[in-house]
Amino acid sequence: MKRWLPFEWIAALRFLAEGRLQTGFILVGIAIGVGVIVFMSALLVGLQANFVRRVLTSQPHIQLLPPEAVARSLRTEPGVIEAATVQRPTQRVLSVDQWQMIRTEVAARPDVAVVAPTATGSALAVRGDASRSIGMSGVEPATYFSIVRVPDFIVAGEPRLDSDDILVGTELAKDLGAAVGDKISVGAAAGGRRILTIRGIFDMGNKGVNERTTFVALRTAQSLLNLIGGVTTIDVTVRDIYAAETIAQDIGRIAPVEAASWIGTNAQFFTAVRAQQLSNTLIRLFVGLSVAFGIAAVLVVSVIQRSKEIGILRAMGTRRGQILRIFLLQGAVLGFLGSLVGSSLGAGALLAWHAYARLPDGTEFFPISFDPALFVIATLVATLTGVAAAAAPALRAANMDPVEAIRG
Amino acid sequence: MADVLALERICKSYNVGTPVETEVLHGIDLTMRAGDFVAIMGPSGSGKSTLLNIVGLLDRPTSGRLAIAGVDATDLPDAEITRLRGHAIGFVFQYHHLISAFTALENVMMPMLVDRGRATAAMEQRAADLLALVGLSRWKDNKATAMSGGQQQRVAIARALAMNPALVLADEPTGNLDTASAEAAFALMRRINREQATSFLLVTHNLELARRCDRIVEVVDGRIAAPAP
Ligand SMILES: Nc1ncnc2c1ncn2[C@@H]1O[C@H](COP(=O)(O)OP(=O)(O)O)[C@@H](O)[C@H]1O
Ligand SMILES: [Mg+2]
Repeated sequence: MKRWLPFEWIAALRFLAEGRLQTGFILVGIAIGVGVIVFMSALLVGLQANFVRRVLTSQPHIQLLPPEAVARSLRTEPGVIEAATVQRPTQRVLSVDQWQMIRTEVAARPDVAVVAPTATGSALAVRGDASRSIGMSGVEPATYFSIVRVPDFIVAGEPRLDSDDILVGTELAKDLGAAVGDKISVGAAAGGRRILTIRGIFDMGNKGVNERTTFVALRTAQSLLNLIGGVTTIDVTVRDIYAAETIAQDIGRIAPVEAASWIGTNAQFFTAVRAQQLSNTLIRLFVGLSVAFGIAAVLVVSVIQRSKEIGILRAMGTRRGQILRIFLLQGAVLGFLGSLVGSSLGAGALLAWHAYARLPDGTEFFPISFDPALFVIATLVATLTGVAAAAAPALRAANMDPVEAIRG
Repeated sequence: MADVLALERICKSYNVGTPVETEVLHGIDLTMRAGDFVAIMGPSGSGKSTLLNIVGLLDRPTSGRLAIAGVDATDLPDAEITRLRGHAIGFVFQYHHLISAFTALENVMMPMLVDRGRATAAMEQRAADLLALVGLSRWKDNKATAMSGGQQQRVAIARALAMNPALVLADEPTGNLDTASAEAAFALMRRINREQATSFLLVTHNLELARRCDRIVEVVDGRIAAPAP
């Protein structure tokens, strides 16, 4: 008998070990429950994290745009409409009014991390016979690259942007048959045209982006887009990504801009996530409840089976509290062991899912991340559930009349 | 020296406060001195087990006073009762003697483990000595279920002695054993009584064994009858 183990632990473990079959079955039950919860939660968390990561590597948390020139119907008197149709005014490349001031103001907020003005427009890239229409982002590398981490995606060359430099995606480089150091001609719809040198080639992991997106120096874009001294958007990152929407609304109120947060832009996704989370919570709750009732049922049977032994233990001076603890501990041990097995099952299922569930081209849906916190929490909750489930049987055991128990 | 057991006008009723309330013990007076070896006899249903449960502090009398090993237990709170029971009294029952999840040695250690909370080398040594005393050293690592009824009962006797109690109570300890095992178990208790001056109070239907006790107390219909010859 272990010298360092308290009596209650020894008894609890021996009782569980002796009731091998019951213990085994309920452990399998708990493990399945915990496994399902772990699997589902990890999948949902992974899906969400992956989405957030994907969105936020190619998108600022908040974008400040010039307010759309809003169209109004012509009316002379109330109720009388002159023109029956309302047409949107053509959207030219618009500059953000007073962008320097807005930039300073926004950058001064404590919840804002980085502010990066950009001048964006479309252009045509030409090299020899090949030409491709591209999106051209004029940026200040110092600020912009800490929002969209272009340097992390550079596969050839370097992320440098002098006034005659351009960074292009792998697909575009291939389409144009160009490599680092090659020159391409870039012409904007607004009229400007320049010969730029490819400084670096990036791979953002998305074919569309690699085909269309390019980066040039802010000044270069301004001159190509005929936007001298102006910017089309101000990109903002905030310290708490989930506060982006509130901060955006805040900025929209105090500055003459339209502020769009990544949360607002991806509202559908978040609605879907919330629905998922709700159903996930419900499933967790009901799986947890059925596991708890399973543990309680097994322990109730065990208390009845052991009533004579409990009576004898009481006769030899065992206190009620000790009996209570013996059975609470059994619940805790069942919950703990079950959740360990369940966590492994969940992790295994996750790995299997990751290995077999692939997009048609064989790439993964998204990388799975094993968050240790998920397993720690699952184990903790399962252990506490075990204790709670053991409460009724344990009380019954502790309050058993030893005379009745021994005579029975 | 104080009496090991002193019962004064012990009454016990079951189902108190209900229409089926019945008094089972009607004023029992009984005293045992240290080292006494007393047999209780009497017909089935006469209240012997009820009496033993009260003496063993497993049950409380409806009225009357009782003292165990010089401690007045009449008005002790539950927690104290449990403590006194663990320290002053050992039990041997007719059936279900041992806890099946433990070995013979561990069963003998159990009362000490319950009392102290953790196992010690000294406990193990004492349990081994007690198993030697009842002649079962060889079986110390056997699970209870892997032993004969007579062996189990001898382990139970060793266990009852673990806390060195003032009084050992045995309710029909030989009632479920064959003649040879019964004789062995009885002889063992008698020997321990002689060698260690432990007091025994045992219920038995076996007149031949009862005659070898110091005294026979006859319980009839919840009363102590005239002393037997
Ligand atoms: N818990 C109880 N509730 C009601 N009556 C009981 C209870 N226990 C014992 N009795 C009754 O008390 C009487 C004495 O029982 P018991 O002490 O077991 O007798 P003995 O051990 O001498 O055979 C019997 O009539 C029995 O039916
Ligand atoms: Mg009886």
